[in-house]
Amino acid sequence: MSTTSPDLATGPLTVSPGGKRPKTFEQQNRRLRWLMLAPALGFVGVMIVFPLLFTLNLSLTDAFGAVNSGRRYLGLQNFADALGDTRRFWPALGRTAVFTIGAVVLETVLGLAIAMLMRKAFTGARLVRTILMVPLLATPVAIGILWLLILDPTNGIANHLLAGVGLPRQEFLGSVSQSLYVLVLLDVWQWTPMMAILLLAGLSTLPEEPEEAALVDGASAWQRFRFVVLPMLSTTLFTALILRAVDALKTFDILYATKGAGGGSDFEVETLNVYAYGLTFDYQEYGLAAAVLVLFTLVIIGVVLVLRRRSGRVS
Amino acid sequence: MATATALRTAPRRTPWGPLRAAAITVVCLVIVAPVVWMVAAAFKTNVQVTDPTVGLVFSPTLDNFRNVLADGEILRSMGNSAIVGVVSTALAAVIAVPAAWAVGRFAMHRTGSLVLVARIVPAISLLVPWYYLFAQIGLVGSYTVLVLSHMFVAVPLILWIMIGFFEGLPVELEEAARTDGLSAFGAFLRIALPLAAPGTATAAVLAFISSWNNFMFALILSDEDTKTMPVTLFTFISYASTDWGGLMAAATLMTVPVLLAAVFGQKYLVAGLTAGATKG
Repeated sequence: MSTTSPDLATGPLTVSPGGKRPKTFEQQNRRLRWLMLAPALGFVGVMIVFPLLFTLNLSLTDAFGAVNSGRRYLGLQNFADALGDTRRFWPALGRTAVFTIGAVVLETVLGLAIAMLMRKAFTGARLVRTILMVPLLATPVAIGILWLLILDPTNGIANHLLAGVGLPRQEFLGSVSQSLYVLVLLDVWQWTPMMAILLLAGLSTLPEEPEEAALVDGASAWQRFRFVVLPMLSTTLFTALILRAVDALKTFDILYATKGAGGGSDFEVETLNVYAYGLTFDYQEYGLAAAVLVLFTLVIIGVVLVLRRRSGRVS
Repeated sequence: MATATALRTAPRRTPWGPLRAAAITVVCLVIVAPVVWMVAAAFKTNVQVTDPTVGLVFSPTLDNFRNVLADGEILRSMGNSAIVGVVSTALAAVIAVPAAWAVGRFAMHRTGSLVLVARIVPAISLLVPWYYLFAQIGLVGSYTVLVLSHMFVAVPLILWIMIGFFEGLPVELEEAARTDGLSAFGAFLRIALPLAAPGTATAAVLAFISSWNNFMFALILSDEDTKTMPVTLFTFISYASTDWGGLMAAATLMTVPVLLAAVFGQKYLVAGLTAGATKG
């Protein structure tokens, strides 16, 4: 990076046009790197900045029905309405919290356990790693429909298996009280392997020496895990946690595929994402929906900031 | 690695070996069993599908696949998914790979992480404005809109994976190329890009899979002719909720290509999936 001889700035696609003073490498690179970044940044910017401003603007209006019909500015009325709505908004926020915390905690604990199980080389490791990729690559809608068949209260294999070990028949997704928890478990089935893959990759980069030292010092397996491995793994752990939390907060496909558009007859799986979707595309309450989405986005940003802060403190 | 091996193979008389094997087996069974059940159901008659006592031993029938394929809609939407996936992945790679090179080579992580905003924002908050904008120019329901929306997912994904790959390439090769008279861009084009080809292929496969699986964008932005596979599968469930065999055949058809990618590209896909996360 320190070679800055101007003589070398005469490659086939040099940035400096003839006539002008030839540019040094650093100058050339400074312009080049922005040129290389521009299309991607531009694309994401255009696709995201205009929509966010549009949504922010909508959230201040009474837009309803056709998005382009006349609308009146209400100030922060939509936000007041959403935050004062104990029938749909707050329960949806609560379900989002239950779903996200439940799924992410279980996935992290189980993922870490699986990663530790697979840490030492064993025959068939390749096959197991391939198997781990299946749920996270499979189409969520297909997965949702598959579980509908398995969990069907009358004809599904799940109840058949429960009966086999003497447990009572369950309604699963047919039940108002069970649906959210069943969906947490489906999310755990689908995303624990991803957690395991990420943590396994993290484990494989750790140095061996601290553990050997702990072993020599007579630390037990649990002590070596808790006080040596876990602290070293914390960066990977929190990165995986943030990735997973953001996606869990925004879960949509599998909720929609298993419980339909409204989140069930009693809104039992209506998370903030499903609620905002319903307001937008089923009821066309664009103004209120936009306000809910702004609040939802703030929740996600809050979660990311809290997790990042926490990860900084640990590592 | 000598010390590592010594630690790992140190003889310890504990029952952990068999226990560990059993635990790993259970994990694999829990993951695989539902998918096996789906594929099996695709080959069952509708009576067999809804009879939980019919396990994995039955005389398979191809009727479900025949019916589903005879409809034509599944094949057409698979075609749509393939078109949208290939085009959006290719275009996304063209703009994301050079960007990843710039971020990786010049340590512009702050700029690179700007793109991650795209992962944080809920997709629905983008859909209404997109719908509005694209309706104005009469594009809703077109392939163009689907490609653009799927690119929006693919660009950050490819960028994120490729930053790690470019950081892993020794910068000396590009520097040597420059002293041999190539411009910085020339060095990228002729040295870095070919070396990053395996990474690009991995990122592209993952981007294609995420497009293939994407439900929400196509649910809103596609029309009857441009519907992608997940949307067709979902409308299928509301029209024919009792045709479990057909549904499972359709679900199998759309899952199999992805599973094949997992089987054949396991090593590379894991590298791609973990490239961003472990370095972040």
